[in-house]
Amino acid sequence: MRIKTFVASLLVATPLLFTSCSKPAEASAPAAAADSVAPEKMADALFAVMKGTRTAYTKHVIARLGKEKKLIKPHEKWEDKENGVMLPAQMFRYARDLAMEQNPGFTYSLQSEWPINSQNAPKTPKEKEGLQFIGKNPGKNFYGKETLGDKTFFTAVYPDVAVSAACIDCHNDHKDSPRDDFKMGEVMGGVVIRIPMK
Amino acid sequence: MTKFKWFIVWLIMTVSASAFLGYQMFQAEEKPLFIPNETTHGHYQIEMKCSACHTPNMGVKQDACITCHSQDLKDGQDSHPENKFNDPRNFDMIAKLDARKCITCHTEHSPHTTGDMGVTLPIDYCAACHESIGEERESHKNLKFDSCATAGCHNYHDNKALYEDFLIKHYDQKDHLENAKEIPLETKKQKALTKPDADFIVDPQTHHDWSSTAHAKGGVNCKDCHQPDAQLPWSDKVSVSTCQDCHEDEYKGFSEGKHGMRLAAGLTPMTPGQARLDMKRDAAHKELNCISCHSDHRFDTKVAAVDACLRCHSDDHSLNYKQSPHFNFWQIDHLTKQNNKGVSCATCHMPRVKKHGKVVVEHNQNATLRPNEKMIRTSCLKCHSLQFSINALADKELIEKNFKGRPTVHVESLEWAKQREKK
Repeated sequence: MRIKTFVASLLVATPLLFTSCSKPAEASAPAAAADSVAPEKMADALFAVMKGTRTAYTKHVIARLGKEKKLIKPHEKWEDKENGVMLPAQMFRYARDLAMEQNPGFTYSLQSEWPINSQNAPKTPKEKEGLQFIGKNPGKNFYGKETLGDKTFFTAVYPDVAVSAACIDCHNDHKDSPRDDFKMGEVMGGVVIRIPMK
Repeated sequence: MTKFKWFIVWLIMTVSASAFLGYQMFQAEEKPLFIPNETTHGHYQIEMKCSACHTPNMGVKQDACITCHSQDLKDGQDSHPENKFNDPRNFDMIAKLDARKCITCHTEHSPHTTGDMGVTLPIDYCAACHESIGEERESHKNLKFDSCATAGCHNYHDNKALYEDFLIKHYDQKDHLENAKEIPLETKKQKALTKPDADFIVDPQTHHDWSSTAHAKGGVNCKDCHQPDAQLPWSDKVSVSTCQDCHEDEYKGFSEGKHGMRLAAGLTPMTPGQARLDMKRDAAHKELNCISCHSDHRFDTKVAAVDACLRCHSDDHSLNYKQSPHFNFWQIDHLTKQNNKGVSCATCHMPRVKKHGKVVVEHNQNATLRPNEKMIRTSCLKCHSLQFSINALADKELIEKNFKGRPTVHVESLEWAKQREKK
């Protein structure tokens, strides 16, 4: 009886062992997430964390220690400035880069139809559609599916609204910005979250 | 001889050859007969240590490159990090050029396709993603794609001294800065030692050398180096690891550069005889460790910064150093006991840099040469304008003459950056 149980458990465990080892980290996490949480819910939750973190940085670090107390210098080239600190949009990207090092199984990016760096312009048809949608429909998010390479993704686009004067001042004055008329509360771009589908 | 005897001879030779080759392939750490082709100038020192890059089955280790080069990429604020290309939105870029993998551009054992910086791709690779740059920048119209990184304007990884705001900040400076100055080394303030703690009478010359150096001033006595462990006997020879105990940053740099990477890989020390650059014949068998440049007991940094290098190096750039204005000022500094304008070999190749809040001498001699624009911030800008530095580093003949004369190359990037700023 004991031997039978052992053999049976081996038979069950071996393929499990192999599948869990051979699966890349990228594929294993989202499959589990998609099984238990609808991708739309998952993306909404991720965006809530991203937005909350960046807003906390903007209001309680940049605005307080930068604009009010002048203790730090928020600047695009912060590494070369004395007391320089990264801008909120850069903080968003640096945090993304660190998160991606852990292979979390999803990707996200900050994009705009009027980007300072042209590499951050929408590129795929879904990104273009999504960014146009959130611009025309204030307060609404965009959800869709797209195939990139040989993989299918759930793609969500969330509006990125100008919340402080620092955002619009920099984007209106920057020599590489295609626009100089951003206003407070306006949609300046969007956060694109992609979750791979099965 | 009978056929049978010939068979025995053949059998013995075959078995011996198989055993020898089999041992080298599967057991021996060094496998000289199995190197498929010449390795790059950055790796040939450790090419016998196959396991530094390869798995036991001779595949390439997942993190073979990153193990040694990740800090350098971080310090250089890598312009094309892997994660930029991991985003599925960039799948079309990856299809053209898989920039997530180092070996897409840097293939080893491929001497016939290897160019500067170990790049094995045709040098117009920038076009794969930046084809439309001519439409975005007026100044870039009609520029050839093999000129992006070769004209002194861009680097694939490290643009810390070449990015637009940096160019504008340093626009219109004088070629020679009035306030040229080297970073002074920090000395630890401790009561200077005068009495050696060796259990025998130290010869007067050694005593004198030691008592006049930073070691005596910093409270380092004989036994600290010759008998660091009181349980072990005195040793005349001091190992690199004993130096490393106090000089961690310096050892790290040494072990990452061409001088120390063999030792760090567990191989015998590097010797000038193994170098690919021109070296003096009588130096061929000298072994490279800490005291080969910092002669023991004296540890004269002025000697280590020039004389030690010229004991071995004999390429044109090195041989022309003593005719250069850099050396002229070095001598003046030496005579006047100042530290203002003199430029030694080390000023450029082992510069003093500020790292995590302290002054460190970068002992990786290659850190400022991959590519040479890396030298701008650590060395050139201490005395020269950015424009002068970029021009000089793009002028191969001037480099060979060890900067005797003025640059004949003019890199236009500063003017282009300035013009865009005005708009």
